[in-house]
Amino acid sequence: MGDLAAEKHAKYILLVEKRKDDVESVLMEHLRINGAYWGLTTLDILGKLEAVEQEKVVPWVMSCQHQSGGFGGNEGHDPHLLYTLSAIQILALFDKIEVLDIDKVSSYIASLQNEDGSFSGDIWGEIDTRFSYVAICSLALLHRLDRINVEKAVKYIISCKNLDGGFGCTPGAESHAGQIFCCIGALAIMGSLHYVDKDLLGWWLCERQVKSGGLNGRPEKLPDVCYSWWVLSSLIMIDRVHWIDKEKLVKFILDCQDIEKGGISDRPDDAVDVFHTYFGVAGLSLLEYPGLKAIDPAYALPVDVVNRIFLR
Amino acid sequence: MDSDEDDRIPLSQRPEWSDVTPVPQDDGPNPVVPISYSKEFAETMGYVRAVYLADERSHRALQLTAEAIHFNAGNYTVWQFRRLILEALNADLHDELEFVEHLASKNSKNYQLWHHRRWVAEKLGTEAAGRELEFTKKIFVNDAKNYHAWSHRQWVLQTLGGWEDELAYCDELLEDDIFNNSAWNQRYFVITRHPGLGGIEATRDSEVSYAVKAILTKPENESSWRYLRGLYKNSMPSFVMDRRVSTVCLTVLTTKANCVFALSLLLDLLSNGFEPNQELKNAVEALLPESRDQDSDMAVTICSVLEIVDPMRVNYWRWRKKSLHSEVEEGVRNLRVH
Repeated sequence: MGDLAAEKHAKYILLVEKRKDDVESVLMEHLRINGAYWGLTTLDILGKLEAVEQEKVVPWVMSCQHQSGGFGGNEGHDPHLLYTLSAIQILALFDKIEVLDIDKVSSYIASLQNEDGSFSGDIWGEIDTRFSYVAICSLALLHRLDRINVEKAVKYIISCKNLDGGFGCTPGAESHAGQIFCCIGALAIMGSLHYVDKDLLGWWLCERQVKSGGLNGRPEKLPDVCYSWWVLSSLIMIDRVHWIDKEKLVKFILDCQDIEKGGISDRPDDAVDVFHTYFGVAGLSLLEYPGLKAIDPAYALPVDVVNRIFLR
Repeated sequence: MDSDEDDRIPLSQRPEWSDVTPVPQDDGPNPVVPISYSKEFAETMGYVRAVYLADERSHRALQLTAEAIHFNAGNYTVWQFRRLILEALNADLHDELEFVEHLASKNSKNYQLWHHRRWVAEKLGTEAAGRELEFTKKIFVNDAKNYHAWSHRQWVLQTLGGWEDELAYCDELLEDDIFNNSAWNQRYFVITRHPGLGGIEATRDSEVSYAVKAILTKPENESSWRYLRGLYKNSMPSFVMDRRVSTVCLTVLTTKANCVFALSLLLDLLSNGFEPNQELKNAVEALLPESRDQDSDMAVTICSVLEIVDPMRVNYWRWRKKSLHSEVEEGVRNLRVH
């Protein structure tokens, strides 16, 4: 089994950050703040965050903030919960959450909770358990969970539980590993994992591992490195990670590397991108691959960053 | 709108745009180096930024957002601005359905496109139900598991109606691909939420037959086994007493087929107080390698077999084995209560 080409991946991410001129980068302009979170967190896990100039990143993050208190995907974009979480997470990495008007951001997030406990992504009203996770994770990092109705938030998430033990985007929607991560993460943060049938869900999750050792997101779908995060972090949060074959998964992730140019792709021999590089490295961290900083499965931030926020 | 780059007139040369100064891209902490991506895209976005900042909700702005979306359907801010314009102009939203449909085949996994479609459909109301169901069907022709399309379809059924042919449509999809987990999920969605079907109590019997038939066709299909198990989720005693469940396990075990799910379901039955007959015991014993002794407790034997035939999940089956004693106790207790 090959090794993790850590230096190459760090170089790849730094290069992507600098090179805003290629087509792919321009097409992702509207979610640059997500990209920054993926890249910066990866660098931190690799122990290379200091290669980035914090003094340039933090002001740019703040320039993405809208007058409503929410953040857009880049400067000049409308606010949305997804980008608000990334903004908070990036500031957390640099220990700069204090630059925020925390009450203002919290008010924006809290305003998006609906009567039934669900969350809309923004004022346009799209509802999805992804947004429940994003809202709850954001508020917890800001120590403002009391701004929302936690009981209703829990109730809504549980209403999305399916007969296979998994969760979908809305009540009745098919169980999907990405949605499961969001629901389990949110419940974990709200101290409500006792509502989860951990044995049933654990079995569904460990059934995601296919012959190649990789993980898929639903029955009969192809494996993808990003599920190394979503399935794995969910299993860890419900204490069932020993139910998968960790060694085989490590091998699958390492096979998805481009060891010459750096970066990780969705499956072996495909094109790399920052998204999959982050999930691959984060997955390896969860699998305790040597030389990587530990990452928190619920907050998706390095453990030392989370500790700094909650134990100070 | 098909954008043919040869025919496209640059915005800077269109008289109707002569009064507008485009606003350039300002993209983050590192200086933007000379742009080598499509000049047309860069120009379009410059003009979009200008009208967005001026909050100009006009026909030309509407057309411009269409051009921008064709270049990059992921830019959510442009979609949102387009909706503001549509509202301001009180535009005919049937045209908007056309607009989305043209984009859909190349952008079928784009969150913004689906959200926009839902916004339009909601405004049009129940008259849109049929067309929305047809729209998702077209997507399923190329990708029968498209998560966005399924989410949209479920929303249409619950908000706008159209349940009548849904179960039959699931039949069709499963005939095409019996492994389609989305279609199995939709089956459950229909039998539990279709206002006219009577709920799971009324449909369970026929659905069990359906699931059993599917299992026998492809015993390695995770979805059909899970579906069968799910039909009895809140009624353990019926689960144990339905002969069809143990029979399908036995049938699969006695063929040479992949038996992991059959063994797993049998394990569930035993954990809930099911008493196996000799035929079943023999079938399980036959799967154990000669070097291994069978345990007097059939459930333990099943776990041992599973550790061998499903080695990737060996830790799970070992844990099942360890938990058996308390599982069976609880299962038998539950039986007595009922």
